[in-house]
Amino acid sequence: MPSSNQLNRRTKWLLIGVAVGYLALILFIPATTLVYEAFHRGFMPFWEAVNTRFFQAAVSLTLITALICVPINTIFGLCAAWVIARNQFRGRALLMSIIDLPFSVSPVVAGLMLILLYGRIGWFGPLLESAGIRVIFALPGIVLATLFVTLPFVAREVIPVLEEMGSDQEEAARTLGAKDWQIFWRVTLPNIRWGLLYGVLLTNARAMGEFGAVAVVSGSIIGRTSTLPIFVEQVYKNYQTQGAFSAAVVLGLLAAVTLVVKDILEKRTHTI
Amino acid sequence: MGIIIQQVSKNFGDFQALREINLDVKDGTLVALLGPSGSGKSTLLRTIAGLEQPDRGSIWINGQDTTYLDVRDRNIGFVFQHYALFKHLTVRQNIAFGLEIRKTPPKLVKEKTEELLGLIQLEGLGNRYPNQLSGGQRQRVALARALAVSPQVLLLDEPFGALDAKVRKELRAWLRRLHQEVHVTSVFVTHDQEEAMEVADYIVVMNEGKIEQVGTPTEIYDHPATPFVMSFVGEVNVLPSHVDLIPRNAKVREGAAFIRPHELEIVPLGAGEGTPAIVRHITHLGWETQVELELGDFEVTAHLSREQFLPLNLTLNQKVLVRSRNARFFSQVA
Repeated sequence: MPSSNQLNRRTKWLLIGVAVGYLALILFIPATTLVYEAFHRGFMPFWEAVNTRFFQAAVSLTLITALICVPINTIFGLCAAWVIARNQFRGRALLMSIIDLPFSVSPVVAGLMLILLYGRIGWFGPLLESAGIRVIFALPGIVLATLFVTLPFVAREVIPVLEEMGSDQEEAARTLGAKDWQIFWRVTLPNIRWGLLYGVLLTNARAMGEFGAVAVVSGSIIGRTSTLPIFVEQVYKNYQTQGAFSAAVVLGLLAAVTLVVKDILEKRTHTI
Repeated sequence: MGIIIQQVSKNFGDFQALREINLDVKDGTLVALLGPSGSGKSTLLRTIAGLEQPDRGSIWINGQDTTYLDVRDRNIGFVFQHYALFKHLTVRQNIAFGLEIRKTPPKLVKEKTEELLGLIQLEGLGNRYPNQLSGGQRQRVALARALAVSPQVLLLDEPFGALDAKVRKELRAWLRRLHQEVHVTSVFVTHDQEEAMEVADYIVVMNEGKIEQVGTPTEIYDHPATPFVMSFVGEVNVLPSHVDLIPRNAKVREGAAFIRPHELEIVPLGAGEGTPAIVRHITHLGWETQVELELGDFEVTAHLSREQFLPLNLTLNQKVLVRSRNARFFSQVA
């Protein structure tokens, strides 16, 4: 009979094995395959795939979309979080669920809603057409779809931090004569910065990576309205495996960069 | 000068937190608002600070009507029960906060901060963060932060409530000394009568949103105006006025009789006048002894000094005589 100590050790290694195996299956092996497929014929094929006009158009469209959506939803998320965490009012729980709605609605449905509103036969379609504004199959549609799917992240991350912080430090600042904006910059923001930063990073990652909603409204015109994720799908469907994997690696790198930036910021401003 | 509160009322929904409060806090005094929880003492303090708005009435600070003045413009110092220090700032930065908001020249900020660090005896800890300090140190930093802006009045909301007994005792004495040095009109809230007696020049006893009595600690203890004050400040035995141990010379004899435990005397049977009683319980409290006695249908508690207690040689269930040196009568029972 093995002693209980041995059993314990066996269980321990078994659990570690299961965890590592699971991570390998879901995370490590796919990521390695991606990098392998992109580089297994050397660096030059990768460089050529990356150096096409269409690919660069997709990267810049993705960056522009993120640059527009991240600040807007950061400000919205901060305001929403402040209203929800610092006030008690009727419909507070309802408002929280509404902000969470983009989590529960399928992105494809979100895209369809936009088409029903702004498409050629949509509610605002004729009006926009007469004004000469294109929303669907153009940048505004992509931005609207991205705004929709990234709406909850900042508010979701900041609300619990604001609640945990409590309002007494803000009250103390008020008794010391601080104006509202001084309280925000000097007291509230430093206290919620990690939650806020994490929310911004999640928003950014989703803004760059969103496929479903953007695919519906963008029209996927390669070189004009295809963002990186859509570009990956299109070239893959055209049997340009090298191009698809190269673009996917770049998309993955963008995500890695945001994580590294977060790490650096955390180390540099970490006070205690 | 000082703080004048006139006819201030405040409701939270259906709950009336303050009922027509009138109070005069003299310039340079240290005043305690004493009462049980829900008595309105914290609300009154927050109303003086401007953190709450009164529904009716007015508040004057140093001759200025501040009723509708924003908390930021009142120039008050406020100390919170749970310190409310800025967690992301060092002790020094915390103290300097109010001065920097007021755009004080950096040199002056530095001087004033160092001076206050000395005053709260934390010279060496200026660069620490609040979570690296003990509770007592944090509360001293909170005090220094409030004092840095040279406030017209200093308001403290249960300043020692979150601290353990020993630190609390030290800080009380320290606050007393600090007030003698700084001499700013100060109001603090407490539910601890001992704390109020020890620290304050005047005590304001509050109950159910009303002021029961204002007076010096001695006046409050020796001449309580209401049965509530008598039972809240210090221990008391409440007995029907016909009970026999009430001294013959007591004038009023209606309502209930209130007798402090230390006003009771115990004598052996046959040694003079008194009401027969049985010793039910003896508790040694160090410098005094608490004796619980059964008087027919009633129970009373007596506090004896060691000198009184030792010669009596009391044992449990012993029959003794009890008499009272003093009693106070109130028509309604608290």
